Amino acid sequence: MAKVIVVTSGKGGVGKTTSTAALGAALAQRNEKTVVVDFDVGLRNLDLVMGAERRVVYDFVNVVQGDAKLPQALIRDKRLETLFLLPASQTRDKDSLTPEGVERVINELKRHFDWIICDSPAGIERGATLAMRHADMAVVVTNPEVSSVRDSDRIIGLLDSKTAKAERGERMEKHLLLTRYDAKRAERGDMLKVDDVLEILSIPLLGIIPESMDVLRASNIGAPVTLADSNSAPASAYFEAARRLAGEVVPVAIPSEKRGLFGKIFGRRAA
Amino acid sequence: MGYENLTKMTKVLTDARSIRLKGRSFLAVVLSPDLPLDEWLARLDSLASRSAGFFLGRPVVLDLTDLKIDRPTLKDLIAELGKRNVSVMGIEGGRPSLFEPGMPPAMKGGRPASDFEVASDEPATDEAPATGGASTAAIATATPATQSIVIREPVRSGQSIIFPEGDVTVVGSVASGAEIIAGGSVHIYGALRGRALAGSVGNSNARIFCRKLEAELLAIDGIYKTADDMPANLRGQSVQLWLEGDAIMAEKLT
Repeated sequence: MAKVIVVTSGKGGVGKTTSTAALGAALAQRNEKTVVVDFDVGLRNLDLVMGAERRVVYDFVNVVQGDAKLPQALIRDKRLETLFLLPASQTRDKDSLTPEGVERVINELKRHFDWIICDSPAGIERGATLAMRHADMAVVVTNPEVSSVRDSDRIIGLLDSKTAKAERGERMEKHLLLTRYDAKRAERGDMLKVDDVLEILSIPLLGIIPESMDVLRASNIGAPVTLADSNSAPASAYFEAARRLAGEVVPVAIPSEKRGLFGKIFGRRAA
Repeated sequence: MGYENLTKMTKVLTDARSIRLKGRSFLAVVLSPDLPLDEWLARLDSLASRSAGFFLGRPVVLDLTDLKIDRPTLKDLIAELGKRNVSVMGIEGGRPSLFEPGMPPAMKGGRPASDFEVASDEPATDEAPATGGASTAAIATATPATQSIVIREPVRSGQSIIFPEGDVTVVGSVASGAEIIAGGSVHIYGALRGRALAGSVGNSNARIFCRKLEAELLAIDGIYKTADDMPANLRGQSVQLWLEGDAIMAEKLT
């Protein structure tokens, strides 16, 4: 049974695209057929993070408008044969997506894939509401700071009212993915604590992704962090999150600083 | 020309569709000016400067009950309010002689006043506001039972719960950027981080209760306090708030 997941946040720059790519690659590595869909028409980025920007011929808008067939637009990942990308168009805008067209494409994807992961654009307008419209489950990406938390709260309200599932009177499953978590700054009290964010948003925690240079390095080489450096701290956090998405019970550990004796000595001196 | 009119008429007569008229109630802010008007306007300006955009896009009703002003002064007042982007949708409690064409319509008890008021034989004296008061009282006694609604989920940022008919109870938190507007009291079994407006249709006995006070704005019967005005020792506490005169009182709940 195919599952449609929307990765959303309201606020921009919190890590939706990074998380879409990383979760997609992590699920695909479980040998489950996965497609990541870029809903950010006009400001597409998922193709870059997936390293597929030079292979885009047809895009989501072409398929929605009937100019291309779905298999023509899907791009298979070079590293993982279970991972696919449906890229957005860069030359169009969000008005090119129609509700009927999106529904048709999602239904077609459901016949071929186990996981359909929709990368939502920022904001609460048409693009974002279309991305969440047909989801079975939502991953709400939030940074531990007040503006991001408030925007996520707003998005949760929309998930509970504007989605097809909500309109049918069903409950949308929502999960919190806390990204760019910096253990050092949290200890100093410069950031919201995990408990504070959970208390405000009151949705279950899917995972905590530590702030790391590995994430930036991975997107610069055009690979999801779960493919580029699968042993890194953010990658293993994403792998655990993917297992939780698939229904496994994995306890969430709050990242703390791991420094050896040398690290402590030099770390102090450097500071 | 005549032919054209005729076809139009037959078209209307054969069209079976009726015109749909619907009643709808809106929550309006009521302003009650007092004399001297320039002082009152100065206070309004200071309120507006503290809470920018408070009147923006909100329907405003001018309550002139017991206010002794004449028609030119009222005209000036409406113009002054217009300059401040306060658009008056109706005037309540004004003597019929105050009105002239082009002014916002006369209203009574939140409903548009009937035409018969103007045609009555009584001279336009101070009696007119008195009858207005009596009719509002009659409306109030007609619906004595306090209604209430219960929200069983957290109220998220951007959502607003408006219930002029009575009490609002939220089992959960009210997020920053969310608002609860109740005609009666507001009860929040969770953290109040957004706005709570109790007694919004003029009920000074309304109260606000919350398990954890972190509100952006609190108001009872139009008297309001922003987060900056609240004493720091109440933050994060379980609190009830009520009105004594023009002051919002607060007490920690144990």
